[in-house]
Amino acid sequence: MSLAASRPRPPAFPVNWPARLAWIGLALYALYATSILNLTWARFVVGLDNGAKFLDRMFPPNMQADKLELIGSGMLESIQIAVLATFFGVLLSLPLGLMAARNLAPGWLSWSARGLIAVLRSFHPVIVSILFVKAVGFGALAGILALIVSSMGFVSKLFAEVVEEMNAKQVEAVRATGANFWNVLIFAVMPQVMARFVGLSVYQLDSNLRNSTMVGIVGGGGIGAPLFTAYQRFDYDVVLTILICIIALIMLAEVVSGRIRRIFQ
Amino acid sequence: MKETQAPPDQARRWQRFSPAERIARSMLAIVTAVAVVWSIKTIDIIPEFLYDAPEQTADLFKRMWPFDWGFYPKAVHDALIETFHIATLGTMLAIVLALPLSFLAARNFTKSPVLNFLAQFIFVSSRSVNSLIWALLFVAIFGPGALSGVLSIAFRSIGFIGKLFGEALEEAQRGPIEALTAAGAPRSMILAKGYWPQVEPAFWSVALLRWDINIRESAVLGLVGAGGIGVALDSALNNLYWDQVGLILAVIFLVVIATEIVTSTIRKRII
Amino acid sequence: MNSALLTIRNLRKEYRLGQPVLKDISLDIDAKGVTAIIGPSGTGKSTLIRCINRLVDPTSGEILFAGQDLAKLSGAPLRAARRRIGMVFQEYNLVERLSVIENVLSGRLGYVPAWRAFLRRFPQADIARAFDLIDAVGLNQDFATRRADALSGGQRQRVGIARAIMQDPALVLADEPTSSLDPKTSVEIMELLAELSDKRGVPIIVNIHNVGLAKRFAGRIIGMTGGEVVYDGPPDGLRDDHLKHIYGGEDFL
Repeated sequence: MSLAASRPRPPAFPVNWPARLAWIGLALYALYATSILNLTWARFVVGLDNGAKFLDRMFPPNMQADKLELIGSGMLESIQIAVLATFFGVLLSLPLGLMAARNLAPGWLSWSARGLIAVLRSFHPVIVSILFVKAVGFGALAGILALIVSSMGFVSKLFAEVVEEMNAKQVEAVRATGANFWNVLIFAVMPQVMARFVGLSVYQLDSNLRNSTMVGIVGGGGIGAPLFTAYQRFDYDVVLTILICIIALIMLAEVVSGRIRRIFQ
Repeated sequence: MKETQAPPDQARRWQRFSPAERIARSMLAIVTAVAVVWSIKTIDIIPEFLYDAPEQTADLFKRMWPFDWGFYPKAVHDALIETFHIATLGTMLAIVLALPLSFLAARNFTKSPVLNFLAQFIFVSSRSVNSLIWALLFVAIFGPGALSGVLSIAFRSIGFIGKLFGEALEEAQRGPIEALTAAGAPRSMILAKGYWPQVEPAFWSVALLRWDINIRESAVLGLVGAGGIGVALDSALNNLYWDQVGLILAVIFLVVIATEIVTSTIRKRII
Repeated sequence: MNSALLTIRNLRKEYRLGQPVLKDISLDIDAKGVTAIIGPSGTGKSTLIRCINRLVDPTSGEILFAGQDLAKLSGAPLRAARRRIGMVFQEYNLVERLSVIENVLSGRLGYVPAWRAFLRRFPQADIARAFDLIDAVGLNQDFATRRADALSGGQRQRVGIARAIMQDPALVLADEPTSSLDPKTSVEIMELLAELSDKRGVPIIVNIHNVGLAKRFAGRIIGMTGGEVVYDGPPDGLRDDHLKHIYGGEDFL
C-alpha cells in the first residue's frame, strides 16, 4: 500500500451548507406563498375553461376599417411617444450619467446624481404616467414625460457604469499631453464610451416602444387607451387585433435595433 | 534592397471610420433627426396644459403631503406582502418554464433550427406584451386576484429570462463540452456537468435581475385588478385620496430600494 | 491476422469539396507504447486524431477498434466506444468551476448511471481511484477539492491526464498536450504520459509539433505532410532529409 493512501483523505464532495439551506428555504417559501395567495389547482382549471371561451371571443381578429383607422393612429402615437421620449431622455442622460460617474465627478456631485437616478428608476412608468397626467393632463405629453423619466433612470445609471469601467490609462495619456478638460472628454472619454452609449440608447428606444403601448391605459396617450376601452367593452376581437399590431411592432423593433447595435460595435 | 516610396501626390489623411461605416452612421443620424422632427410636428399636445404644469405639480405634491400614515396597517401592509409574493412566485414560475426552452433555443445545444426558432419565437412574443397587458388578459380569464398577477409576471418574464440565459448557453466554451463528449458521457450529463457549471453565474444574475424588475412590475398590476398594492393605489386614485397615494408611493419606493440593495449584495457574492 | 489495437484504413477527410485534409491514411496502432505524430500546422494531424474518436466525422474510410468500425457508429454504441478512448487536449478542457476531483471523476460519466453522477454519489471505488490518480499524476491530495481554475497550466494538464486514465481506456489520444505549456512543464507532462503508458500498458497517440520531445519520448514516429503519411518508423531513423520533406525547408533545422 502506497504511503499516500495511508493518509486520511479529505471528503471528495464537502456539503455546501449555505447553498443547501438556501435551496430548501426557497422550496419552503414557494409552498408557503402558494398557499397564502390561495393559488389552488382547482381555480386554475376553472380558469382554463374560461380561457377557452375567452380565446373563442378573440378570434377572428376585428379588421373593420374604422377600427383599423383608430388602431393605426394609436400605434402611430405610441411610436411618436417612444421616439421623443428616447431622444430627450437620452440627451438628458448624457450629462446626468457623466455627473454620476465617480471617476469623473467630485464626490458630492456623483452622490447626488446617483440619488436622483435611484429615485427616477424606482417608479414604474405607469405610476409616473399617472402623476404626469395629473400635472399636464391626459394625452401624449404625459406619456412622453413619464418615459423620459424612466429612460433617464436606466440610461444614466448604465452609462455611469460604462464611464466608471473606462480605461484610466487612456485618460491619463491624453491628460499628459496637456489637454484641457473638454479635450480630455472628447478624445479620451468619448471614444471609449460612445459605442456602449449608442447601444444603450437603441435598447432604450426598444424598451420605450414597449412601454409606450401601455401608458395609454392610465391616460398617457398611444395605443393603450383604445386597447383598454375595447377591453372594458368586452370587444375582445379588437383587443386581439391591437395585440397583434403591438407584437408585430415590437418584433420589428427588436430586429432593427439588433442590426443597429451590430453596426456600432 | 529597393526603397519603396509613397507616391508624392497622394495626401496622407487619417479617417476614423471606413466609408461603409461612415455611411451607416450618417444614415442613422439622418433617420433619427427625421423621426424626432416628424414626431414633434405631428404629435397632439395642448400647450395650455404644458404652461399649467408647474402649478398642477405643486398642487399635487401639496395634496400628497403629509402622508396618510394611518392608512398603512389597514390596507397597505398586507397588500405589500401580497405584491412581494406575486413577484417572487411569478419569477420562480417563469424560471421553471423558461429554462428548458432556453436549451431548445441555444444553437450549440439543440441542433434543430425548427426548435431553435420555435423557442425564440415564444420568447419574443412573451417579451412583446407588457406585464400590465398580460394582466388584462389573465384577469379576463381567471378573474381578479393574485393568480392573474402571478401568471402575468411569469408570462412576461419567460421571454426575458429565456433570451438572456439562451445567450449565456451559446457563449459556453466548447472545450469542456468536447472533453465530456469524447469521454462518452450521455447528453444529460454533458448538460449537467459541462454546460450548467459554466452558465450558473449567468443564471443567477439573470434571475436576480428579473426578480428586481418584477417587484416593480407587480406593484402596478393591481391597477387592473391583478392583486397586490396596485389595488389599494387604484382605489386611492379613484377616490382622489392623494395623501394615501403619497403613502403608497413612498412605501413602493422603499421596497424597490431595499430589493435593489439585496440583489446587488447577492450578485456581488455570487458572481 | 491483424492483431493491432487500432486499424485505420483509407481514411479521408474533406472539409471542403475537392480539398482533402486527410488523403487516404492507413495505419496500424499496437496495444502498447507511445506513438508521436509530427508535421507542420494544417497538415491534418489534429483532424486524424479527432477522427478516431469521432469528434470529427471522416468523409470515408474505416477506423477499426475493438472489433467495430468507429466510422459507422452513432448513439449509444458510439458512446460505449468513446469511453474506452481517453483524450488529453491542448487547452486542457477542464470544467473550470468544478473541483479537481469532480473533473477527474467526469472520466467515469460514460460508466456510472446519470443519477449517481448528478447527485455526486459516485461508487466509493471510483472515488478512491480518483484520489490515487491525482497522486499518480503528481498532484498533492489537497488539490482534490480545489476549483480547476485555481490551478496553473501544467497542473490542469495533469488533471486532464488523470481524467483520461480514469476512463480505464484501451487507448489514449493526446492532441498537442504540451503546446500551451512552457518548455520545462512540457517535458514533465511528456514524461508523465510516457510513464503512465508504460506502467499501465495503455498505448498513447500524441499529436506534437516539437520534434525534440517526439524523438525523446515516442517509440514510433509518424510524420505527416500535405495530408499524407511520409514517415513511419523509430525515432532514430528520423533523419534530416525526412524532416525537410515533412516540414518543407531548412529554416527550422
